[in-house]
Amino acid sequence: MTQQEINIEVLRYNPEKDSEPSYETFQVPFSHETSVLQGLQFIKDQLDGSLTFRWSCRMEICGSCGMMINGVPHLTCSAFLRDYYPGKLRIEPLSHLPIERDLAVDQTDFLQKLESIQPYIIPKETRSLEDGPFKQTPAQRERFYQFSECINCLLCYAACPQYGLDSGFLGPAAMALLHRYNSDSRDAGQAERMPIVNAQEGVWGCTLVGYCSEVCPKGVDPASAVNRNKVSSTLDYFFRFMAPRGASE
Amino acid sequence: MSKQMPKRSNEPVFWALFGAGGVLAAFVLPALILITGLAGPMGVPSADVLSYQRVSAFAASWPGAFFLFLVISLSLWHAFHRIYHALHELGVHRGLPVVRVLCYGVALAGTLLTAFLLAAG
Repeated sequence: MTQQEINIEVLRYNPEKDSEPSYETFQVPFSHETSVLQGLQFIKDQLDGSLTFRWSCRMEICGSCGMMINGVPHLTCSAFLRDYYPGKLRIEPLSHLPIERDLAVDQTDFLQKLESIQPYIIPKETRSLEDGPFKQTPAQRERFYQFSECINCLLCYAACPQYGLDSGFLGPAAMALLHRYNSDSRDAGQAERMPIVNAQEGVWGCTLVGYCSEVCPKGVDPASAVNRNKVSSTLDYFFRFMAPRGASE
Repeated sequence: MSKQMPKRSNEPVFWALFGAGGVLAAFVLPALILITGLAGPMGVPSADVLSYQRVSAFAASWPGAFFLFLVISLSLWHAFHRIYHALHELGVHRGLPVVRVLCYGVALAGTLLTAFLLAAG
């Protein structure tokens, strides 16, 4: 197959030298199979070795290579140059997140939020080996399974207008993972996680735009996780007065 | 995010009213628009179905007044909650107490006015 060429416009920003980001255009040869990530790798290998971006697995598993392609959050490994030809591409770092350099963003805020929701099973009581495995029915597994598919790629944070307006908002992925553990039959940590859900920066920062679920490459539905927890937060708000003292706090 | 306990939001109160109003807006309002806006004026099923006497008697009865109160009040809470959040998206931020007071104030005033008129009528 003969090789065609496409223009890739890339946002460049080196905080040590540049006062503000600028764009640089590269001409990149591509074939039917060339992913956008491979296009960037061509630039780094052949045209400008200083171009900075994150990637690892090249197959939608690691969640490292999320960027804005023509303004839409995408994993660059599963977007293909052929789909943008004969137009050009503008590649920018994920929206709403601080730029570390060029296309790499600073993930600290998300990682702290992820830690805050205690993303692991908090058992009711410690089990010994003699107790055997914790069994789940297929229905119990189904309740949390899709939310466990999250790969922390942050496309949903780039998609979320509320996170863009106020980065205090816990955001889609962290809430989806919070819901993943809360809805696991082996977990008893819901009461510990509720204060995060109940805050204005928890579920109440969301206005159900739903773009997070649209851009998720793994079919997770964070908008559903957030809005299901609006119900649980509302129940918690009103029924805390009826529950035994200290039960819901 | 700090380690200290985040403050509980009062949003569930407004969200519950918004949700209740949303159900009404989705299921009851279209039927009401059909009845009062189209069928009634066109004389279906009869010309006097929406006559003043009939509607006034409906509003004066307890079930009728209760129904009207719910439809009017909850629709207001629904609408102003949505407007409040839409304003935030347009850059009028919800941190501002004046926006909050204005939006929910109109819904509250509408609720009180409806209750007063229905009780007085």
